Amino acid sequence: MGQPKGLVSENAYTILNEVEEKRVSLIAALQKIQARYRYLPETAMRQVAARLRVPVSQVYHVATFYSAFSLKPKGRHIVNVCLGTACHVKGAGLILDRFKRELKVDEGDTTEDGQFTLQAVRCIGCCSIAPAVMIDTETHGYVRQDKVADIIKRYRESKEK
Amino acid sequence: MIKSLADLEKAASEGARNIHPPYLKVMVGAATCGIASGANEVIAAAEESIKLIGNGAVVTRTGCIGMCYEEPLLDILKPGWPRLTYSHVKPEQVAGILEAVKDGKVIKEGLLGKIEEIEDITRNTRNTRYRFPLEKVPQEVAEAEHLFKLPFTDKQQHLAMRNCGIIDPESIEEYIARGGYFGLYEVLTEMEPDEVIDMVDKAGLRGRGGGGFGTGRKWRYCKQTEGYRYVICNADEGDPGAYMDRSLLESDPHSVIEGMLIGAYALESQQGYVYVRAEYPLAMQRLQKAIDDAYAHGLLGEVIFGTEFSFNLRIVKGGGAFVCGESTALMASIEGKPGEPRAKYVHTVEKGLWNQPTVLNNVETWANVPLIINKGADWFASIGTEGSKGTKIFSLVGNVERAGLVEVPMGITLKEIIYDIGGGIPGGKRFKAIQTGGPSGGCIPESLLDLEVDFDTLWEAGSMMGSGGMIVMDEETCMVDVAKFFIEFLKDESCGKCVSCREGLSQMHEILRRITEGEGQESDLDLLEELGKVMQDSSLCALGSSAPNPVLSTLRFFRDEYLAHIREKRCPAAVCTALIHYEINENCTGCTLCAKNCPVHAIAGKVKKLHVIDQDKCIKCGVCQDVCKFDAVTRNTRNTRNTHSSEKPS
Repeated sequence: MGQPKGLVSENAYTILNEVEEKRVSLIAALQKIQARYRYLPETAMRQVAARLRVPVSQVYHVATFYSAFSLKPKGRHIVNVCLGTACHVKGAGLILDRFKRELKVDEGDTTEDGQFTLQAVRCIGCCSIAPAVMIDTETHGYVRQDKVADIIKRYRESKEK
Repeated sequence: MIKSLADLEKAASEGARNIHPPYLKVMVGAATCGIASGANEVIAAAEESIKLIGNGAVVTRTGCIGMCYEEPLLDILKPGWPRLTYSHVKPEQVAGILEAVKDGKVIKEGLLGKIEEIEDITRNTRNTRYRFPLEKVPQEVAEAEHLFKLPFTDKQQHLAMRNCGIIDPESIEEYIARGGYFGLYEVLTEMEPDEVIDMVDKAGLRGRGGGGFGTGRKWRYCKQTEGYRYVICNADEGDPGAYMDRSLLESDPHSVIEGMLIGAYALESQQGYVYVRAEYPLAMQRLQKAIDDAYAHGLLGEVIFGTEFSFNLRIVKGGGAFVCGESTALMASIEGKPGEPRAKYVHTVEKGLWNQPTVLNNVETWANVPLIINKGADWFASIGTEGSKGTKIFSLVGNVERAGLVEVPMGITLKEIIYDIGGGIPGGKRFKAIQTGGPSGGCIPESLLDLEVDFDTLWEAGSMMGSGGMIVMDEETCMVDVAKFFIEFLKDESCGKCVSCREGLSQMHEILRRITEGEGQESDLDLLEELGKVMQDSSLCALGSSAPNPVLSTLRFFRDEYLAHIREKRCPAAVCTALIHYEINENCTGCTLCAKNCPVHAIAGKVKKLHVIDQDKCIKCGVCQDVCKFDAVTRNTRNTRNTHSSEKPS
């Protein structure tokens, strides 16, 4: 099929835009579901597939490809320990280990009480204040191992309020 | 609505009044890095104190001027004075600073510098410099350093960052007051689309995202293909250690929008996308505000400036995959598919998004476009080197005294960047290497510090420009560990489509793991090189073919470190945990701080008595060394147990 000439007519635009909208919305829909439920429940993925008329396999492919999606429920607070280069050079690996010990979970897992999910993330763009940790949307800079427990405590307390 | 030049002028004068108001203005640098350093607390304190001053005094937010190491930053703009900048501001200091200002006095503590003059870089129709009108300036202010003459700033030239730290990123009027959208007006009313392409080509602008392909050339190729053309901004800044794109979007989002509008006009495109990483919530929020404002002012949408040109722009939020920085993967992701690259037998300028001709440029590239229009191609081409024109923003981070964003003309030496601008290595330690180009780049040793940085010289040194991350590494950085770090990163991020990348990275990682745990063999080094060559030759996309670079460049320049791990079971930088151990020396005063902080209770000792580390329990987290106030904990480049075991016949 060659390039459709004269595609620049108004009707073609409208059609094209509709198609675009639908396709773009797969990831956007999953992002919204993830934000609401903190994971992608199977039923929700099936509903997305049915509504957007894409195969379930494609939804599953997308859901497992991107790190923003999770098939397991995530915790109330997402702890993202940055393992970017600048953070690595400044000992981010040891900070991650400390979070693992303090939260008693492994990387990618959620604490039993459902409060925290611990993740390693590749650069959150706060390299000048390395090592950095992003919890939910808040960024903490110059994190030290001996401060990790305090940081966690602050978020634990914030839930009790 | 802005429909004419007169409307634009009107918005500009409104914006100018907001930038330099006839009343006291307090401005706080509130990009992500500033906020993480406490900018919001400073803003709250300033808002509290400003009530007492009255007379219309305001507190506003600005973006990041690049001096991340001095954050939080607070600026005072008082009529009749130069702009004053305070650094490392604590909320409790704010009231004192403002009270003094109110009384016409200045507190010297924390005063970093003053600005008497700002270049209005995008304005060619008027005076190109704004001079602060000065009267009754206190002695302390007269004596203050010039902010742009500090060691960190003196060699810099803020072009792409022209508005960063100057304007409120959420104000379209302030952007216009700095000459914004005047370039767009000129393009739409006076220039033919192809003239714009010629101009960008003549300026010699090369893509700031990695490869350094000529922007004008890319546009021209795209224009040659018929179809419904798209323009995309790649804001999926994935290279760890680079954050200029985040900063630009948070500090001056309109410059990117205007750049894209100009590009869209040149390419006769009507639809654009900005693909932003999910990890950048603030950037996304400010960009969305800017897009909404541009629509509200008629600068996006239909019949822009009353011409036939229409352009729609929307944000697509990324799903968190490094490979989506690759052009075909990014486009697949916008299409709602998994971000897997495809082989580029047909380039994306011909068949890109939805198989239509597509131009993809990164944030910094787009931000440069309005400048070229305003100041001209010759002006732009007069900056930089023969093959690389203009400036480049680097994020200078890692083991460097002054970490931040640095915008310098191409051709500046690495030494100038690290020592003159960055202030060298903290703590009197030795420089070891500078890593550029992200995971696809390489590590440059001390012997090449006189290198004049541009796209081509970095390439020749076995590294690359990438998006501009520069991570300084001191003698306490292990280069084998750094290579392992990048390979691990890429192993996780490989999409898995082609064998050489997927399996090659797994094998490389396994070999490097062995070496860092003291189980490597000398033949492993040949194997690494061989694997690297295969990956370079046979991978599908640039992620795979450049993946071996961190290993190959460290093998080239730091082979002796690999050999120390293999032959002597020793990590010369004392980083690889399997090959080191901690000891407490006679400096120990028995303060018990280390024992209290040890997470595994491996330290024993009585109060005021020398403490001892139980090597069998120790997990080598190093917290004892971090907390010790007496320099009594040493890290040794060998593991005592390894030495013993190698002495015994197995």
